[in-house]
Amino acid sequence: MIRVALRGMLRRKLRTVLTAIAIVLGVALITGTYVLTDSIKGAFGGIFTQVYRGTDATVTGKSAFSLSNNGTTTAPPFGQSLLPKIRNLPDVADAVGGVGGNAHLILDGKVVHFGGAPNLGFSVDPKRPALNSLALVEGNWPGTNQIVIDQATGNKKDLKVGQTIGVQANGPTLQMRISGFVHFGGASSLGGATLSGFNLPTAQRLFQRIGKLDQIRAKAKPGVTPAKLADEIRTILPPHTQVRTGQAQAKSDAKDTESFLNFLQDFLLAFGGIALFVGSFVIANSLSITITQRTRELATLRTLGASRRQVRRSIVIEGFAIGTLASILGIAVGLGLGVGLFKLFDLVGFTLPNNGLVLHQRTVIVALVVGILVTVIASLRPAFRATRVPPIAAAREGSELPPGRFAKYRPIGSALLTALGFALVIYGLFAHGLGTKGVLLSMGVGTLLIFIGVSLLAARFARPLAWVLGAPASRFGGAAGALARDNARRNPQRTASTASALMIGLALVTLVAVIAAGITKSFRGAVNDLWVSGYAITAQNNFDPIPIAAGNAAARTPGVQAIANVRGGDAEILNGVHQATAVGPGGAQIFNMTWLDGGNSTVFTRLGAHGAFTDKSFAKSHNLTIGSPLTLTAPTGKSIDVKVIGIFDPPTGGSPFGVVTISDKAWDKIYDTPQNLFSFVRMKGGETDADRAALERQLKAFPNAKVQTKKEFIDNQISGLNAILNVLFVLLALSVIVSLFGIVNTLILTVFERTRELGMLRAIGMTRRQVRRMIRAESVITALMGGVIGIALGLVLGGLLAARIDFIVFALPWKQVIFFAIAAVVVGVVAAIFPARRAAKLNVLEALQYE
Amino acid sequence: MGEQSKGDLAVPANAAVEARGLVRRYGEGETAVEALRGVDLDVRSGELVAVMGPSGSGKSTLMHLLAGLDKPTAGTVQIAGTEITNLDDSKLTRLRREHIGFVFQFFNLLPMLDAEENVILPLSIAGEKPDKAWLDSLLGQMGLTDRRRHRPSELSGGQQQRVAIARSLVTRPTILFADEPTGNLDSKTSGEILELMRASVDAYGQTTVMVTHEARAAAIADRILFLEDGSIVKELRGASQQDVLAVMNSLGT
Ligand SMILES: Nc1ncnc2c1ncn2[C@@H]1O[C@H](COP(=O)(O)OP(=O)(O)OP(=O)(O)O)[C@@H](O)[C@H]1O
Ligand SMILES: [Mg+2]
Repeated sequence: MIRVALRGMLRRKLRTVLTAIAIVLGVALITGTYVLTDSIKGAFGGIFTQVYRGTDATVTGKSAFSLSNNGTTTAPPFGQSLLPKIRNLPDVADAVGGVGGNAHLILDGKVVHFGGAPNLGFSVDPKRPALNSLALVEGNWPGTNQIVIDQATGNKKDLKVGQTIGVQANGPTLQMRISGFVHFGGASSLGGATLSGFNLPTAQRLFQRIGKLDQIRAKAKPGVTPAKLADEIRTILPPHTQVRTGQAQAKSDAKDTESFLNFLQDFLLAFGGIALFVGSFVIANSLSITITQRTRELATLRTLGASRRQVRRSIVIEGFAIGTLASILGIAVGLGLGVGLFKLFDLVGFTLPNNGLVLHQRTVIVALVVGILVTVIASLRPAFRATRVPPIAAAREGSELPPGRFAKYRPIGSALLTALGFALVIYGLFAHGLGTKGVLLSMGVGTLLIFIGVSLLAARFARPLAWVLGAPASRFGGAAGALARDNARRNPQRTASTASALMIGLALVTLVAVIAAGITKSFRGAVNDLWVSGYAITAQNNFDPIPIAAGNAAARTPGVQAIANVRGGDAEILNGVHQATAVGPGGAQIFNMTWLDGGNSTVFTRLGAHGAFTDKSFAKSHNLTIGSPLTLTAPTGKSIDVKVIGIFDPPTGGSPFGVVTISDKAWDKIYDTPQNLFSFVRMKGGETDADRAALERQLKAFPNAKVQTKKEFIDNQISGLNAILNVLFVLLALSVIVSLFGIVNTLILTVFERTRELGMLRAIGMTRRQVRRMIRAESVITALMGGVIGIALGLVLGGLLAARIDFIVFALPWKQVIFFAIAAVVVGVVAAIFPARRAAKLNVLEALQYE
Repeated sequence: MGEQSKGDLAVPANAAVEARGLVRRYGEGETAVEALRGVDLDVRSGELVAVMGPSGSGKSTLMHLLAGLDKPTAGTVQIAGTEITNLDDSKLTRLRREHIGFVFQFFNLLPMLDAEENVILPLSIAGEKPDKAWLDSLLGQMGLTDRRRHRPSELSGGQQQRVAIARSLVTRPTILFADEPTGNLDSKTSGEILELMRASVDAYGQTTVMVTHEARAAAIADRILFLEDGSIVKELRGASQQDVLAVMNSLGT
């Protein structure tokens, strides 16, 4: 039986290959993901180990509470008087203190950046190269007002030693002379990041850490273990500092990158999973069709004494063989994909650290197991179908499979499955206390069930739907179009499951578009509600903080009526870590807030040293009313007692304010090197070219600050979302491609199946063109069916999400929806190319004699 | 309508089909099979010709060559005065549309179309509208008047073959080819179908070439050709069933 199964597969080479492609793509994405992230992880791990090679122990600031991961708040620095004390410890051979942070390089008035990669700066100690993060490769270590730059950036921007370059960190831009070029750890490039090094006093000025340090690195005397050294240092540590061994520090530094990479990995794997899920539909469908076509053959086997079990096994074995083949191929393609991704990132200026491709055993095992499992599971239903072939079918022309025992429960079963899916999604969305994992799991499984349920249900309404969708073909496509519509309705189950594969991709794409449109709409609404008009100042990348000095400079622009600088960061409030913000009295003239409990815009001017306002939901969940006392603790450990003097109701799209907002003056007392998130400016003329020019002139010293009108501000803030959106679309496109192959597959199998019929049509006068048109129209009808159901499903799921999530309103992304519908038609047309050509090429005579 | 569209091709008064020196060789070298070894054949308009002969004698091959479904190794075929052996695919397709009808052993109906839709399919493909009166008469002739809306799966084998015959006649082809139209039917139904073929010749003057194994064909055919080993070995006119059986026996059928 196994021989029969495998021989059959070989004989149907083309079908086997087409079936396998569906799995190859999914497995390739999984393999590619692992290879990419493992390689980057390996490279980063190496870099940080290299950086701390000569360091036995480190001292860093320790924030008063564990910070949230949004990156706007860093651990507080500590006084540099600690450094001589550590140097004097008996087991310390040497120690060096340093500061660091975001430092933007400025060439010709523009910030040098590659993609979204960070711009980092550190202090270096020329006399202690072993304890530096950077390694000198050209020129000299920097003196006062000098800078060393990573070689990759130097090469890309064609920088030379001796040249002057602008640097801006927490203050205005400083001009510095390039004294040399460096590597970070062993790497010449850190994924498009720009790196710069300064001597300590220059760095302290740049990062506004005069008299302070972010880190001390110590080297132990010979024979002293790092752990012992750390213990010794711990005895003299002041509060809000901590000591780690060099190795632990390397791990901790790599942790952020690693957790990002883990996220990236899970994220990409999810899309590989989706592609495989779609692939499983394609496989199940292809095998099902093959079995219908092999009814005679299977029946003959039964008459020759094969048992049901043997028949079933032969199909599962075929699935297993296809799965194995496809997975092996997928791993190879995935390796190529990994290389391609590196190249792609490189091309867009985001060079990833790459010490060679890393193919872990785990990658191979996961890819094989998942690929084979999915294929085998997908082959189960067709296998059971095959067992229903009665031996008598061998003797009959075109006999149909008898319905299975459970056939009559199918509609109700699939309806129940769909309902259960929706129930799970709604449960995940609206039930309380599930946690992120629970919500995602419940929604993910729910969505999966919906897809399976709807695809089963689709068989029931495939006929009417194909009738409607095929109307234009029938109307304008002549006999070929009319036949195409009839063909699409002929085997509703087949059409439905072929369409379902595309449905999944389009449902997800539509869902993403709906969410994005919802976020955009509510954000736009919020900005319009809150902020009358004027200019906003943000960092060039729209989210980095900008120095307070920039806001102050803008305030001095002629014609400015009011300015509101919004600072932000983590704070501990009522035993929880929250995003807190600060704003000056200018807010009264900038923001148009909805105050509850009789508040009005004087809240901004009354904040003073001990006032605060909160948003409605925070006030509600913490039982706060006007007059309630609060304590706000900054990461530095410093705290301030405030009283609630206003409660506001933020619009759906959110506000620039955190849960608690205090005055900027109070903020600056407890936060170290405070920075602005945004500055909003109101000018005499409203929004005029002259006003803009004046602001920009004033901000010349801050090239990283960007002046924007309200409309530009909205577009810029949304641009990040659009970038994410495009990445999602590209990843989901893979599933659409898989389903495209599914359509190709079904059409080819259908052409095989209808060979004699096609011969007859040609014999009675159908031209090759008409044949092609007929196949193409059938393909487009099938694709449109997937498109329509998918888009509808995406809209419903998006609507549910919008109903639940506060900052999303429901918005119909009609442009995208139309685009997706057109895309479905294109998928249909493309999928038909090859099968249509095959059908048109059929030799009439041979086709007529085809069994 | 069919008559008008044929205007551009001259139809000689008497010969619907003329074949000269038809040779069809399959394969090459040692293993080559000569299915036809030089066949000359004229079919006059309004004539019903039956082709008989043992299995493998080349009957189907001859039909395929005459209908332009296959190209001869040597020799020529003219249909309605047009030399067809060197036409390209689109010209052949048009020729089939306008001049040729087919009836197959397997009825080859489209399962998703009803009887009437199947019958008018050649017209739909050509983008033409059926002539209502002609269609009614045709369906009446075939005894399908009360079966118009039935799907093939709801029809008996004989009824399905009648639909197929109606389909081949609907365009009023210059010539109708039928390869064992009764091969898949029981004896009684076969008789009915044979009579229908004759009736269509009488009623519409339909030129027809039919391959058959039925000795009864003698009763309906104007002329019977016997093929053996790729050559026409005998020709009978107005023969009786006994004559036919005798020839068949001598040929070892
Ligand atoms: N495609 C082909 N390749 C090779 N040989 C062929 C091919 N088609 C037919 N033949 C051979 O040509 C000869 C004539 O075949 P043909 O089908 O014309 O016979 P037939 O008279 O129609 O027989 P039957 O009554 O069984 O249908 C046979 O010997 C057959 O084996
Ligand atoms: Mg034959």
